Formats: sequence, structure tokens, C-alpha cells
Amino acid sequence: MEKILFLAYTQEDGLLPSAALEALSAALSLKSVLGSAELVVGLVGGAVQSAADQIAGCGASRVLGVTGPEFAVSRYSTDAVAAAAICKVAGATLVIAPGTSRWQRVLPGVAQRLGGVADTHLTQVEGADGSLKVTRWYYRQRMEGVIQRQQRPWFLLVDPGSQPAYAKPGATAVVEPVAVELSPAQMRTDFKGCRGAGQDVQTIRPEAKLLFVAGAGWTKKQADGQPHVKDAEGLILNFLKASRASLGSSKSLVDLGGEGEAVLSFLTHLNQIGQTGSTPRHAKGLSTCCHGEEPHAVGWRFINERRAINLDANCGWARGKADVLYVADAFAVVSKLNALLTAG
Amino acid sequence: MAALMSISFQIVVCGSIVPDPLQTLEPVTTPAGPGLKNEMMLPAVLDPWASHSLYEAANLAKQHPGSKVWLVSLGPKAKLQQVMMTVAQKAAFELVAVDGSASGFSDSAQTAAALAEAIQGIPGLDKSRLLVFGGWESASRGAGVTMQMVGERLGIQDQFQGVDQIKVEADGSFEVMERVEGGQHQLSRCAGAPALLGWATGNLPEPKNNPQIGMMNMRTVAPALQKAKPFKPASNDLTFNSISLPKQVRETKIVKDKSADEIARELLEWIQQ
Repeated sequence: MEKILFLAYTQEDGLLPSAALEALSAALSLKSVLGSAELVVGLVGGAVQSAADQIAGCGASRVLGVTGPEFAVSRYSTDAVAAAAICKVAGATLVIAPGTSRWQRVLPGVAQRLGGVADTHLTQVEGADGSLKVTRWYYRQRMEGVIQRQQRPWFLLVDPGSQPAYAKPGATAVVEPVAVELSPAQMRTDFKGCRGAGQDVQTIRPEAKLLFVAGAGWTKKQADGQPHVKDAEGLILNFLKASRASLGSSKSLVDLGGEGEAVLSFLTHLNQIGQTGSTPRHAKGLSTCCHGEEPHAVGWRFINERRAINLDANCGWARGKADVLYVADAFAVVSKLNALLTAG
Repeated sequence: MAALMSISFQIVVCGSIVPDPLQTLEPVTTPAGPGLKNEMMLPAVLDPWASHSLYEAANLAKQHPGSKVWLVSLGPKAKLQQVMMTVAQKAAFELVAVDGSASGFSDSAQTAAALAEAIQGIPGLDKSRLLVFGGWESASRGAGVTMQMVGERLGIQDQFQGVDQIKVEADGSFEVMERVEGGQHQLSRCAGAPALLGWATGNLPEPKNNPQIGMMNMRTVAPALQKAKPFKPASNDLTFNSISLPKQVRETKIVKDKSADEIARELLEWIQQ
């Protein structure tokens, strides 16, 4: 019989991040198809009672917790000790966890420590006839694989945005504390906080409905033979402000900065979408001044509706990658669009 | 400054090879499991995020005289040889080659075991000065799992992923910036080596080809390839039920004859739906 451990950490407010609630949905769905499987909840954080109460209605047989100030922050060494201790106490064969940066950093190492295996970026976890199959992408979202494993414990990290979030009403839960001892060797790293990526304005908004992608064309010479980078900056920032979209970019545009060319000052590598960038999840995406070549377009795998503006009718977007390609000058269109958004 | 210069590192970069990102990839079934159509014919490059980590390693070594960089690479020997012709001109390193499959369908745990064994086999490796670098994910398997497993096998408890910057202090401690959600970086301070850093893009541009560095590297590349240990993964429990290309092909509507005003109105309606 499989023993499923849903493993999560708490946020600063003591509750679970939305990605964890999605992973819990996957765990519950798996429990229902595996029939006799048992579900245990494991929580790590400064304090975990509020989070345990938040999901008290999930039907777990036990709620295990590792708490203390050392576990309030994201750090490999302490997270590994806490996660491994919970896994051992739970006797977990399957560990389902959100694929956030914190868990993605540590859980593969914990799997190794416990003699198990780990698979990440899962988009589907399904059971049939008592066996488990998971779906994930290979070669940067170019092909999709369905895999099975016999080895246990099997750590399954679910991609945020791929599952519905657990939303049952909370109640009061009983948390069993799991004791963990830390050695000085596990406290060599200090958490110093988080900060924006050197940007004066917040341009990355994972919750936004729309992704706006700026390509290298924004910095190239325009019809008058001159580049208009400052104008481009103003247009893009005004669009982001009016639409509340998230900003992505092509690699070529971000790389221009490293080559000493004029670039959009608010762009960093964190905005980069594609082969060596991110693969965000948004309902809609609007590409501007970008050719839609394959290494960039693979980052659009999880953008549902796609439109593009480009002066080249034969660009990559025209080859089945966008729903609509507007052959037009993005400077003119975005300027008009900003006026309409502001007026509205 | 003198104190800073007295610190030296032994930096081991793990980096395999992947098909050139511009290539069209198609999955096929082979007797050994899933693979890519014409896999051995596809032009290859050093894995992009591993490349960034190599450039960061070379830059760090340059700032700290006495440091040395190794590149531990698992891939088919013939392919490694091709890729090294280019990579060797970018940064100074000593190659440690492991001859085996670089397929994205191989098992990360077994890859990690092979890499850790190769690292442990480097003569004179001093763990108190060891920094293990690599990409935070490969462009093939794309799991972001292997480096942590390598670190665990080497007993390294200070690990960082999605790294964009390392800043070494005079006492050997360093500050690391890691990517986290929402376009943010997490800042951490680590007491010093040993540590493992899985790099994102970092901050350095791709170095220009330097024939002098290339000639220096090639003295060690050929012998390293000659003595590359073969890696034959033991049978593992990973079973592929299917590998398929996405079925979704969009019928792109190309709009050529509308004014900027008309397009803006259409886009506004779409955005607000």
C-alpha cells in the first residue's frame, strides 16, 4: 500500500502558498485513484498550526510538523533535515510537493539522502489499476513524457499553475511535532532576505492574465533610420502600468545589454522567456518585435491564447505558433493601445 | 584586497551536451528506450545554463589566483570532442570526460552518481576549497535534480539553485543571489566552501573565442577524452509509457491590412475579454 506524504512549507503569514494548495489537490486526486493509499501531511515552518488548520478538512490521517525559527527561512541544509525527518516518520513511499524554488532546491537532495528518486515539473499525476503515472516535459517543453517508477520513496514536485487549488473550509488540526536536531555544519548559510532583480519597477507578475513580450526589435533602427529606445521604454512601461501585464523578453534583447548596446533599462535575465529563460503560465500572451524563433517560443508552451505584432509576415509566429499575427509597427499599435487603455 | 586574493578555489563545473536549440527535435523509440531522431547527427552545444556556470567559474578563478577550474562532462566521446573545439576557446579549464549517453531520457540519479564519482576521482581535490558549479536545469531532461544529488553524494550541505551572482568576501564567505518566485532574488550568505551552485544565467556575457586559451585547453582535452571512463547505467526503474510531441498546432490568422487604430481596438477587446 502506498503512503502519500503531502509536504509543504509555510509562508511568512503562517499559511500555505497557492502552489502548495495545488499540490495538495494532486495528492488528494492520487489518493482517490490509488484506493487504499494513506495520506499524511508534513509541514515545515516557523509555525505550522495555521497552515494545518487551513487544510484540516483534507482527510489526512496525520499532520506532522517541524517548526522553529531556523525553519522559517529557505535554506538547503535546514530544509533538507526537516523534510527528511518528516519523510522518515511518515514512512512515505510517495512525496507530493509544490515545485516552488524552495522545494525544487532541496527535495531532489532529500530523495538522494533517503535512497529515493525525484521527478519535477509534473503537470499531471494519475493512477490507474493501482499504479501511478506522471506526466512531464522534456527538452524544454518540446516533448511530453509519461513515466512510471517502482523505486520508493518517489518525490513528485508538481508545477505551480498546473492543478486546481485545494479550497475546502478549514478546521482545527492536531499537529504531531517532529523533533529535529541541527548541527553547526547545518547553519553555515544565513538567509538575508529577498529583493527585486535590480528593477525600479516590478515588471514580473506571475498572477497576471496577460504576458507581454518585448523582442529585440524595440531597440533596432526604425523607419527614420534611428533607434528609439527611450520611446520604447515609455511605451512598454505605460502599457504594463495600464494593463497590469507581466513583462517577458526574448534572449536576444536581454543579451544586447551584455554586448554594450542600448537596451530597455528595466529588463533583466529574469524577464527572459524560452530555452534559457522561464516558461510562465498566463491565460494570454502578446509578443511584440520578436521573431518567435523556436528557442524563444518553447517558453510559450503554457500561454493559452497567443497574439503577436511583427513587421515580418513570415516570422516564426506565422508558422502555427500564434493565433493571430498582426503585421504592423509595434510602436504605433502599442501607442494607440495605451491611449485606449488609459481612456477606458 | 590582498586577503581577497589569498583565497583560492577548486571549482568543478558539471556540464553535459545538448542538441543545438535551433534544431527540430523528434522523439523515437530505440532498443535502449526513448531517444531523438538522428540523435548522433544533431549538432550539439554545451548545455546553455552549464555554459553560464563555466563562464562564472572562469571569472571567479581569474579573480582568485591559485584557483583552478575543471569541467566534468558526461556525453558520447565523439560528440564531446566536437563541442570542446568551441568551448575550449571560451574559458580555461581542465576536462574530465565521462563517455556515455547525454540523453534527456536518462535517469538523473544515475547521471548524478557518474558525475560524483568523476569528481571524487580528481587527483588532489581539496574539499575545503571546493565549489561545485553547474546549470540549475539542463536543456535536455530539464528536471533540476541532478546537481542536488551530486552535492548529496559529495556531502555538501550548502547548496544554491537558480544562482545569478556570487560575491566572495575577504574571509572566504560569500553572498549568493538565487532566483525565487515573482521576479525576486533570495540573498544568502554562506560561510565558505564547500558549496554547490546551480547557475541560472548569471551576469556575464558569453566570452569571445580566445585561441590562446583554446590551445592551452586542448593540451588536456585530447588526453581527457582518451582516458574517459565509459558510463553504462545500470538498469533502472524508470519506465516511459510514452514520449510525444505536442499535438496543438495553431491556425495562425495573419492580419496585414489593418491600421494601428484598428489593431489597437481589436487587442483592447481581446485583453479585456
